[in-house]
Amino acid sequence: MRDIWQRLPTRGKIFCLAALAAAIAAPLVADRYLLSVLILVFYFAYLGQAWNLLMGFAGQLSLGHALYLGLGAYTATALWTLFGIGPWIGVFIAIPVAAAAGMIVGWLGWRFAIEGVYFALLTIAFAEFTRIGFDHLQITGASAGLFLSVNSPGSDKWWNLGGGPLLYYYLALILAAAATLLVAWLRRSPLGYRWLAVREDPEAAQAAGIDIFRAKMIAMLISASMTAVGGVFYGFYYRNLFPSQVFDIGRSIEIIMAPIIGGLGTVFGPIVGAILLTPLGESLTALMQHFGINTPGAKSIFYGLTLMVIITLQPSGVWPWLARKLGLDRPRA
Amino acid sequence: MTAITLNIIVQGILTGLVYGLMALGLSVIFGVMRVVNFAHGEFTVVAMYAAFLLFDMLGVSPLVSLLPIAAAFFFLGYVLQRMLVEPFVSRAEHEQFILLVGLATVVVNGLLLIFGPDARPINLPYSFDSYTVGSLFIDKVRVFAALGAFAICIALFLFFRYTRTGTAIRACADNLTGAGVVGLNVKQLYAVTFGLGFACIGAAGTLMATIADASPGLAPAYTLLAFVIVIIGGLGSMAGALVGGVLIGISEALAGFYIQPSMKSMFSFALLILVLVLRPQGLMGRRL
Repeated sequence: MRDIWQRLPTRGKIFCLAALAAAIAAPLVADRYLLSVLILVFYFAYLGQAWNLLMGFAGQLSLGHALYLGLGAYTATALWTLFGIGPWIGVFIAIPVAAAAGMIVGWLGWRFAIEGVYFALLTIAFAEFTRIGFDHLQITGASAGLFLSVNSPGSDKWWNLGGGPLLYYYLALILAAAATLLVAWLRRSPLGYRWLAVREDPEAAQAAGIDIFRAKMIAMLISASMTAVGGVFYGFYYRNLFPSQVFDIGRSIEIIMAPIIGGLGTVFGPIVGAILLTPLGESLTALMQHFGINTPGAKSIFYGLTLMVIITLQPSGVWPWLARKLGLDRPRA
Repeated sequence: MTAITLNIIVQGILTGLVYGLMALGLSVIFGVMRVVNFAHGEFTVVAMYAAFLLFDMLGVSPLVSLLPIAAAFFFLGYVLQRMLVEPFVSRAEHEQFILLVGLATVVVNGLLLIFGPDARPINLPYSFDSYTVGSLFIDKVRVFAALGAFAICIALFLFFRYTRTGTAIRACADNLTGAGVVGLNVKQLYAVTFGLGFACIGAAGTLMATIADASPGLAPAYTLLAFVIVIIGGLGSMAGALVGGVLIGISEALAGFYIQPSMKSMFSFALLILVLVLRPQGLMGRRL
């Protein structure tokens, strides 16, 4: 951990501390609405880190991360509504469930040398398959959804992840910060270098004695587990779950937007992406309401155009460019 | 096999041929350019709306508007490739994916803005007629749609097999460097390929409009459907797209009738997972 800190340039240290201090102090000045936007920023930064681990570092394109998000969310909320098992225990059951799903997808894909586009499609197929399955799973409310009552005993206690926006704000902040630290540490670990080798040239990596199947499986394991924790947060924050929303391919795409816009394979990319994208969408909604435009598709059109413009002009993401401008980058390792 | 099962299988085959034509567009584009068109279903639905508008405002039957729409889509695909996709051909897969997902989002929400979420049916005078063959009742519109789809597939196959342009495109797919060395205009041929893929979409969407009601919500489902079909049949294999389409058509029809209509795509995805595991290159694809 100390090593990571020392590697940052001085400007970077100041920048990190200032950002962290601002994030911790934000609830003092922010109103409820702004706080809810910031919660989303941290939530997407967290999920972005999880996905970036698999795609940005190990180079495996997953378009089905909604699967792990949904499994995490459904496991923890179902345990709570059906058996009264709280989320702090539930999360430790949600993680293995999602991780097992990730292992199945990874094993099926990589064992049979399914790569690139084919692997991405396999991940979509699994997410869609599960979505339709949950649409017909009576015990979790099928397509009618699963709801967390706010009136059942103990549901307003913080240890059951019930409470005001402050609780969710700091929880999301801790998740995002912890994920960033973890990713920064993994990036410099032997495992991280193995991932980069697998990403850049699998054949050369194998020739150098790296077990590429194992490296990819570990990336999937960590990524799916982290996403499941995000799912538990999602379930208890929104307090309602619909298979058509949580397992949807739109959800998977939402997860991958921040790291891609921010910068694939960088530690700060997912954060920068989330900071850029979420308020952009929110302010657009506000702007449209101000002008009395109430059309459902307009925001998505804007999102789509943003994606196209950024990927055309700045394909390696905003962060590498921004870091250069701010003098925060360090010589490439 | 009971008469009713046979009926359902025949309906599934007919629908499947239209699916196959749609998937063929995806397969042609990927087979030649190695670009996966993630906006495939979205443009299929655009074609469905085009067919609907021509029928609703001018009273043109989809079987007549088929060729003009396909031609317009050829042009659309050609321009899209030239303006948007061309710089991405040699870029990383995920960059192509982001570009086309962005495009898909714009298209599907554009449709939502213009037409709203409601389904738009085309009610032809013979929409509810059927042919009776022995114990089989076959929808008239489905027969027309399937025959149209099959004819276009054959035409495309002949084009690739026997014309100079078709041969040149196949040369690009087989050996890009070689194609460049012998002086083929690869950029031009890529644009033509993208146009042909879009012509398939235009034709498939028009035919689809006669058997399904156009609505923006169909778009992502069709994109996934096209992928599933193409992977099952084998990416880059023309016959594979048709075989995959028919297989999925049958599986959807059977699952829709015997289990639950809302679960029909679950079986398609199960079939996809099975194929990816047992034969990743697809039923008729070349070895990876």
